This record gives sequence, C-alpha cells and structure tokens, in this order.
Amino acid sequence: MSIKSLFARSSKFALTASVAAATLMPLAVSANEVNVYTDRQEFLIAPLLQAFTEATGTQVNVVYASGAGMEERIKAEGRNSPVDVVMTVDVGRLVDMVNDGLTQPVSSEVIESNIPAEFRAEDGSWFGLTFRARPIYASKERVDPSEINSYLDLADEQWKGRICTRPGDHDYNLGLLAAMIHHHGEEVAREWIKGVKANLAQSPQGNDRGQVQNIYTGLCDVAIVNTYYMGAMLASDEQRPWAESVNLIFPDQDTVGTHINMSGAIVARYAPNFDQAVQLLEFLSDDLAQEMYSAGNTEYPVKPGVQWSEIVQMWGEPKFDAESPAAIADYKGLALRIMNEVDFNAGP
Amino acid sequence: MSSQSVVHKGYLSSLRSRLHLDFWTFGSLLIALIVLLPIFAVFYLAMFPTENIWPHLISTVLPGYIKNTLWLMLGVCIGTFIIGTGTAWLVTMCRFPGRRVFEWALLIPLAMPAYVVAYVYTDLLNFSGPVQSLLRETFGWRTPRDYWFPNIRSLGGAISMMVLVLYPYVYLLSRSAFLEQSATMLEASRTLGCSTWQSFLRVGLPIARPSIVVGVVLALMEALNDFGTVDYFAVRTLTAGIFNVWFHMRNLGGGAQIAVVLLIFIVALILIERFARRKKRYHSSTRSIAPPRIHLTGWKAVAAIIACSLPILLGLIIPGAQLVAYSIKFYEASISAGFLTYAKNSLILSATAAVVAVTLGLFLAYAGRLGKGPFLASCLRLVSLGYAVPGAVLAVGILYPFGYFDNLLDAIMFERFGISTGLLFSGSMFILIYAYVARFLALSYGTVEAGLTRIRPNLDGAARTLGRSPSGVLRDVHVPILRGSLGTAAILVFVDTMKELPATLILRPFNFNTLATHVYQYAKDEQIEIAALGSLTIVLVGLIPTILLSYTISQSRSGGKNT
Amino acid sequence: MKPLDTGLELKSIRHSFDNREILKGVSIGAQAGELVCLLGSSGSGKSTLLRLAAGLEPIQEGKITIGGSLVAEPGFQLPPEKRGVGLMFQDFALFPHISVIQNVMFGLRHLSTQDAQARAVRLLERVGMADYQKAYPHTLSGGQQQRVALARALAPEPRVMLLDEPFSGLDTTLRAQVREETAHVLRERGVATLLVTHDPEEAMAMADRIKILGADGRLRQSGTPDEVYFRPADTFVAGLFGPINRLSGYVEHGYVPTPLGRVPAPGHPDGAPVQILVRPEGLKIGVAGGVLVDLISVRQLGVTKEITLRPCDDEVGLCPMQELYKARILGPMHPVAEGKHRVAIDPDLAFVFPG
Repeated sequence: MSIKSLFARSSKFALTASVAAATLMPLAVSANEVNVYTDRQEFLIAPLLQAFTEATGTQVNVVYASGAGMEERIKAEGRNSPVDVVMTVDVGRLVDMVNDGLTQPVSSEVIESNIPAEFRAEDGSWFGLTFRARPIYASKERVDPSEINSYLDLADEQWKGRICTRPGDHDYNLGLLAAMIHHHGEEVAREWIKGVKANLAQSPQGNDRGQVQNIYTGLCDVAIVNTYYMGAMLASDEQRPWAESVNLIFPDQDTVGTHINMSGAIVARYAPNFDQAVQLLEFLSDDLAQEMYSAGNTEYPVKPGVQWSEIVQMWGEPKFDAESPAAIADYKGLALRIMNEVDFNAGP
Repeated sequence: MSSQSVVHKGYLSSLRSRLHLDFWTFGSLLIALIVLLPIFAVFYLAMFPTENIWPHLISTVLPGYIKNTLWLMLGVCIGTFIIGTGTAWLVTMCRFPGRRVFEWALLIPLAMPAYVVAYVYTDLLNFSGPVQSLLRETFGWRTPRDYWFPNIRSLGGAISMMVLVLYPYVYLLSRSAFLEQSATMLEASRTLGCSTWQSFLRVGLPIARPSIVVGVVLALMEALNDFGTVDYFAVRTLTAGIFNVWFHMRNLGGGAQIAVVLLIFIVALILIERFARRKKRYHSSTRSIAPPRIHLTGWKAVAAIIACSLPILLGLIIPGAQLVAYSIKFYEASISAGFLTYAKNSLILSATAAVVAVTLGLFLAYAGRLGKGPFLASCLRLVSLGYAVPGAVLAVGILYPFGYFDNLLDAIMFERFGISTGLLFSGSMFILIYAYVARFLALSYGTVEAGLTRIRPNLDGAARTLGRSPSGVLRDVHVPILRGSLGTAAILVFVDTMKELPATLILRPFNFNTLATHVYQYAKDEQIEIAALGSLTIVLVGLIPTILLSYTISQSRSGGKNT
Repeated sequence: MKPLDTGLELKSIRHSFDNREILKGVSIGAQAGELVCLLGSSGSGKSTLLRLAAGLEPIQEGKITIGGSLVAEPGFQLPPEKRGVGLMFQDFALFPHISVIQNVMFGLRHLSTQDAQARAVRLLERVGMADYQKAYPHTLSGGQQQRVALARALAPEPRVMLLDEPFSGLDTTLRAQVREETAHVLRERGVATLLVTHDPEEAMAMADRIKILGADGRLRQSGTPDEVYFRPADTFVAGLFGPINRLSGYVEHGYVPTPLGRVPAPGHPDGAPVQILVRPEGLKIGVAGGVLVDLISVRQLGVTKEITLRPCDDEVGLCPMQELYKARILGPMHPVAEGKHRVAIDPDLAFVFPG
C-alpha cells in the first residue's frame, strides 16, 4: 500500500480510529480480584502474585509503575481509583502516602502475628514485608574487616581516596544519610558526609554493582552497597569474581545496627476489593511469600523464623537498624539538602 | 447562485470573520488546547509548591545544574548539527561506494534508547571495562593514577551518547530538505563560482535551514527531557533537579517550577530561531530533479565512507554488537513468555500514536499556513512544548486533568442517573495514546511544518482556483508532495513511542507491558545483559518503518523521471 | 458606466498590508471576451488585485462581482473554488508531483476521467503541448510550462481568467508568440480576462483596454491602447511607455514656444506654466521650416533608429550641449546622417499638461 493511500485512509478515520482502536479498556469487573500498583520490578513480584492466585484463586491485576508518579496517579484517580494494594521498595514512601491520606488502616491477626511490631505501623496503616541491608563492602586484599566498626569510620582520614559510591542524591544514599541524621543529629551527619566526600576515590557515579567492580579492579577499597546485589553478582559468571573479592562488613553492631531499606505495602483508602487486599497482605507476610522473597531476591524476610536463603545466611545474623524506615520518611528531604549543600556529587 | 443564498452566506461568513474563526483555525486551536492540557496542568502544579525551593537550590546546586544543562545543549546542538547535516549532504549530493546503504543505515541509531547505549559504553569504557583493562595489561599500568583516560561518566560522555542517538533527527530532516532542493539552484550556485563545499555552506545549508533547525531543536528537547542517561552518568541537569525536588523533597510543585524554567529555556530557543528567520522565504522555485551527484573518487571517497561509517559504527554497530552478544549469552534468562505480546502492544501503540500524531501535526501545520498573520502560527508552535518536558512530569500533567474529569463525570452520572462510570480515561489505552501524542506532536508538527514551508504558496492558490477547497488542496497537493515529510514524521513518532518509558510506566493500564517497560525492569535492576534482547527487539521493530521510509523516499525521487 | 453582467467587476477596492494602503479605491472590470490589462510598476498592488478577484486574499473594502453575482464584499467571501475563476501565476505554479496531463485534468474533477482526459488532450493540443502529456513539469522549459499552465487554467472553462505577469519568465522572441496565442485562445473562448503586467509593450500588444495603476494605489487612466498612448491623462501615464522628451514653458496665444518649436496648447490659458512631453517618434526630422538641430548620434535599434539631438541657435549656429533630446524613426525607410537637420514636433504625439 502506498503511503498516500495509507494516509488518505488514515487521515479520515484517524480520530475515530484512535478512540475506537485504543479502546477505553473497561476494567473487568470480576468478583474475585485485587488490583496492585507497585514500583518493584515485575520479575521479582510476578512469581509472588502468581503464587497468591494459585493459593487463593484471587486474580491479581498489576501496574508496575515507577517513581513518585505512582502516588500522583493514585491522588489523581481520587475516590474512583481502582487500586487496592500499593507495594513499594521503600517504606518511607508508604509513610508519606499515609500522611497524604491515601491509605486505610488494616487490622488482621494473621498479619500482626507475621510481622514484628517494629516493622509495621502501630495502627496498621503500613506494613514492612522485606528488607535489604546496606553494609560496607571492603576489599579482601586491602582492608582488614576490623578496621571498620561504624559508618562514621568512613569519614576517617585513613580512607582518603579509597571510597567509592553512587551519586549522593540516589535513594539509597539519601536513606543512609537520613538514618545518620536520625541517630546522630544533623550536624554530625553533615560533617560525616563531608568527610566521606573528601575520602572518595572518584566523583560519585555508577550503580551499586559498579562500585564492587571498582573494588575488584583496584580503583577503590571500600564501598557502600546493598546486600541484595551480592546475591545477583554471585549468580553471574562474569560478576562472581567481583563479589568474591570483597568482604561484607555490617557496621554499628554494638550500637543502632546496620542500615536497612525496607519494602512494604499499604491498602489504598478507596480500595474496591478490601477483603482481597487484606488477603494479599496476609499472603505476602506469610511463610511461602517470605521465603520466596529471600530465595529469589536475596532479601531479608520480616517474618521471624522464615528460612533465609543460603547467601543471606552466609552473612550471619547481624543487628539491623529497625528505625531506618521511619527515619527515611522523616529526613530524606533534609538529607538531600545536606547532600546539595556539601556538593557531594562533585567528588573529592 | 440565488441572491438569497448569497445573503445567507454573507451573514454567516461575516459572523465568522468577525470572530476570526473558521474550521481550520478553530480546529487547530482546539487541538492545541487539548494537547497543551498537561502543560497547563504543570503550570498549575507549579503554583502550589509545598515550600519555596529556590533559595536552597540557588545557593547550592542550581548554578551547576544550569551550567551542565547549557553545556549539554550546546554540545548536542553542535554534535548533531555537524554529523546530521554532514552525512545528509554526503549521501544526497555525492556518489561514493556504499552510499545507498548509508542512506538508510544512518537512521537506525535513532531506534537505540539513549540509556541503553549509555550502559553499553560504560561497560566498555569504564576503568574496569575491557578497553581500559587491555590498556593496563599492555602498558603495565595499575591504578587510575598511572594514566589518563577520558571518563565516560561525565558531561562529555553524556553529550557523546546523546549525539550518537539523536543526530538522526537532524540527518532525516536535512536530508529530506536537501532532496527537495532545486537542482537548478545548486547548479546556479556552482556556475556562480561556488565549489561543492561552498555550495553546501552557502546554498544547501541556508535553504535547508528550517528543516535543520527543526531537527536540532528536536534533538535538544529530547536531550533536555532525558533522565536515564544523565542520571546514569551522574551529570546533574535541570531535569535531575526536577526529580530530586519532586521525589526526595516530596515537593511536586517545586519540581513543576523547575520544569517551567526548562520550558522557558525551550520557548526562548524557539523564539530566537523564529526571530532570526523572520521574513525569509524558503520555498524553492521548482520541484527538484534528482540533485546532481558529485562523483567522489580516491581519498575523497574514502573520507566520505569514513564520515558516514563512524556514526553508524559508534551509534549502532558497537552497542548493537554488545547487545547481540548479551542476548545470545543470556538468551534463556531474557526470553519471556510475554515477549510477543509486548512487541504487539508496542507496535499497536506506536503505529496508532504515529497515525494520530501525523494527522494532527498535518492539520495544525496546514491551519498555520492558511491562517493569516503570525498569531496563529505562534500559538500552534506551542504544541511542541510537550516534548521538552520530562515524560514523568508530563504524565502527572495528564493524570490530574483526566482524573478530575473522570471523577466529575462519575459524580454527575451517579447523581443524575445512579450510574457510576468510574474512571473513563485514566488507566486506559486512550490515555497512553494521548500521552504519546501530547509528547511527540512536536516531532510530527515540526517535520510536517518544515516540509510545508518549502511548498510555494502559489500552488495553494492554483489548486483553489481549480476548484479545490482548502481540504481538497491538502489532499490533492500537499499530502502527495509531502509524502517524504509525512513518512519522516510518522517514523520519528513511531520510534520514539517504541522507546517511551516514563509516561508509559505511570499511565499504563493493569497487566500491560510494552517492550520498553519490559526492558526497563532489568535495566533498573542493573541487569543490562538481560535487558539486551528486549532492547535489540526495540531496535529491530524500529528498523521496519525506517527501511520502509527510506524506500518510499527513494521511490518518490525516481517517480519524477518517467517522461 | 453600465453594469457588467457577464464578466468580472471589482468596485472601489481598498486594501492595506501592515497599515500601508496599497490600493485606494480601485475599480476595474472585464466583460466576457474582453482582455483588460492592468499596467503598473512593481509593488503597486496589481497582484493583490488579482488575488482579491480570485478569492485568495480576503477583501477589506469594496465589492467584487462575477457574472453579475456578488462574490466578495467585507464580511462575505465566496471561496476561490466556487468563483469559476482561472488564475495563472507568474511562476506558473504547476504541481510538481503529477504529470502535465494530470495537471491539466486537476480542475476537471466534475467530469468523468474519460471526458476530462479528452478535454485535457484537446487543450494541450491547442497550446501545442500534446506531446508532453506524460512529462513532469520540472522537465519542461519556461515557455512549455507557461503553455501547460494556460491549458490548466482554461480546462475548467472559467468565465473569468486572471493572468499575473504570465509572460515575464519567457525570452523575448518566445514572449511575443505565446502572448499572441494566449490572447487568441482567451478571446476565442469569450473569457473575461484581467491581466496584470508592468510591461507597457505587453499591455499595448494584448489589451482591449488598459488600466493604469499609479504607485500611489490609485487608477490614473483607463482606455484603449490608443487612448492611453495618444491621450495620456497625466505625465505619469505619458512617461510609462518608454523614454520621452520633457519640455516646459509658458503658454503664449494658445501655443508654447520650446527649444524644439511651437506646440499648440488648446485649453490652457495664456501665461500658464505647462509641461510638454513629446514621444521620440513625435520629433519629425527633415521638416522644412522646422527648428535647426544637430544629430549627435544615430543608432540602429532593430527596425527603428534612435537619434540623439540637440537644438541649435538658428542665427549663430551654436548648439549648446546641455539639452539633449531623443527622436525615433523607422530605420530602413529614412536614411539619415549625423549633422544639422531641421525638426518639428508632431502635435499628436506631444502632450501638454499644466506645470
């Protein structure tokens, strides 16, 4: 078909066609379903949701959204929003959603017995499901693990030119700085991050795995990296040597514990399928899902007694900073200001 | 004609002309309003920041953001201009071995998502990558302090990546302009003593200027709204500022304010160009015969081949080869049951968006041509703004008005008829198409408008006096003459929709994936090797219309010769 | 003037661009079968007048009728496609994407393809372009394009034809020929034709009537070619048709004495200052009793000779250089040598205006 005839045809019907072809997909109103918005990756979450459907017969509809746009979508959709459950990678955002009135409290004996109190809101407005620690990775060759006891040590002169990290305004680094503010106050945190900046081997760049690779190739000696990436690297032929070149040091064992990021979920304020939403949360906090989280994604399950994956077990049972999630919600904005003020991304 | 009907018509048209509204003006303003809705929403959001971010930003990172943004724009402008117009001139005006292949191959890097190219090059060129490792082994260096190597994760790196995938905009538009240039004009310039090089600089470039400018402005807007690449390279531009303020400071209004500043950048850019162009006319005097081809031999031919190969090598073959290698190695992990569905979704969305965007773009460009005075044309030019806004911000600008409308409608229907309509538009395919059109109309409008500018207004007059209504002129004269431009416009929208990510992520319906969103989940998780197969598919699917278009353009050129 | 009910009429047209009024109450028309030329310098708004008549430019003030029906007045605008008007552009505006025959058939959509084709072929034959039906416009020469454009404009059998400097792109020899053919075809079909040009010769050659538009946007004169040539209404019109001798003086007993002899000035009061314009062919050479002049150069220009001369003092025989005049005579019949001769002014070709 020539472009001309194609065009002649299409121009006439373009508008009608676009409305008709791009059908206003009516939401399938089937009795037994639950609608989920999440910013977590599909390949992590889909198997869990599939297991849920198999176990309960409840159909799950998902939008894998991204960034803060997800919250804006829920706000814009208002009282007609179809969403029942929101799952995020960062509980801090759930706390914000609670404050914005986008959630409703849930009380369920199953959930409350599954999730320890420190990992959920008192009133049942949000729940933590899994967490990942953000320990310090150090070169096996060049760093003796006893040299580092606390995140605060990284500001020490002896690490000059030896630290690698991703940009300061990344979620994970802001979360860590927020926790530092929470535990040590703004001034200490500011001085600390200034010290870390001065010790950097290069300007902050790249992703978490890249930092481990940098240790492997000798660009730097220590880095702050999430535990979760260790599992992924060990699973890859190419990256295994990187992972094997480092020790994981879980700092602050004698004090507040190692910083964590927690993923979690809420039930939306206008959830049309409230019962199924609660059912999904119960499922996600229960043994099967918690084990899947740990095995499939090298995360720590929140439910006590759930079998940890082999890799996770490898690192022992360090003490974790359970206050991190709330701290992130409170201080992330301030953390960004401090990062900006010390111009962290400019590097050493 | 009866006198009564004259009187009747007279009354109606006098009413119309008093309102200065006819079908085309009214229609185009309406389209512009609808398409600009998200931009208005962004302005609206900008009025309600949770706190005033500016004192903090100005005293800390803003000067750096602005400096980076300006450098990025300058670099992308120069890079895409040189590569785009240079290669376009070579393949249209010169004859050398491989020209026919280069002609379409030079387009393909367009289909490469910039952030994917950035990942690949980082893997290749960073300290731990194979290139530097090889250098270290060869020369016995050990640490980064032993030698100097350009840091790929830098402003320069970001500019390079963007130039590599964005130069095709300039290439496409300037090539179609060169093709439509009158051969006689170029020959005249040569008889007037211009060398071929001079006729490129003094005749070819100036005549193609409207198209080249459109291409460069498109590349700049895309560079400005890009977040993936600059974020990965840790180059902080105004776009990064938007997301920091929005995500981390939880200040959507503040983020919107930065977006507004970004828009002002773009509007200034467009105005400066308009002002510079002012009253010059650019339509050529006669339809081009295939322009005379300068036969290049010897070292000149070699130089031409190298000049055309480099962008393809750097923008396509190297990253493409890496993606192919990953795809083969990680085939089992990458192939997903939904792959075909994702590809089908991408295709349907992209094709629909392309048809709608080109139709509307043509409508607007033609209405601007019909309209008297610069006012309408300036209004219509604003529809390009959607392209300058980061996709996620535009998506939020779409969510609110439609959410408001849906809820309002639902409330009214429920009150009056007891029916709940729920969300009519939000979360539908319609809203996705709308988002793509709002975002990419700049591509189709700009391309079509530039093409239309090159058609002499007397052709319209001739067709009108030969019995065609304005729409008849469009159908029988402009559309066939603009075949190349329309095809170009369609392909740009198609390929960009294939790649579109941020708006798709936020707006898509339940259980819906495109190739881009499928790739993204791995890319986000730093697993470029698993994302490779999907990225490659995006490129391949984008290739189909690219080759079709190339074919059509070369057809249209030989079409005039069967005397 | 009696109302025109068969052709085109534009009445009291005023038009401005960017607050500059370029047409100030111009009225012009052409009856069926009549060819009217609008002559004016470039930039005088001639083309705008055509665009108004065709409906390509919205009317601001005035009124346009075709065949007695109103087609435009302020607030009303019959679109071009409904006016039955043919328009030929200076650049011909052939559609580049279709062949010659398709160009001609472009305005024949109301006919069946067969009929349209037949008519297009007939017209192409009429303009001598039948062999080029399948050619594309860019392969044609200027003259060929012009003829195709004419055929195309004629094809829908318009009642009114508007020609915008249609021959300016052609070379001199071709121009005369194409011009004549065009005029012939148009008259033969009874089309009311309005042609604008800045070339007085073209106007003279083609027009039944000539209208002269001044640079100020007003009509200066209208009449047959003879009238405007032999009875110009003012110095502007008189000066339009090539170089002209300009003299001045005062009326004495109904005559004006000038360096080239006496010129009758009927209707001008005695003592009034006047300007006299004498066409070059109005200087008769070799007239007994004429004024003594010195022919300082005689140049052969095709069929005519152009002569530069200066008047001499009859008694002293001195010929001051400062006043030079031009004369033109038919060459071959009048062998003339440089040197002293006697000349006289032909009163029919000398125009006296108040000075």
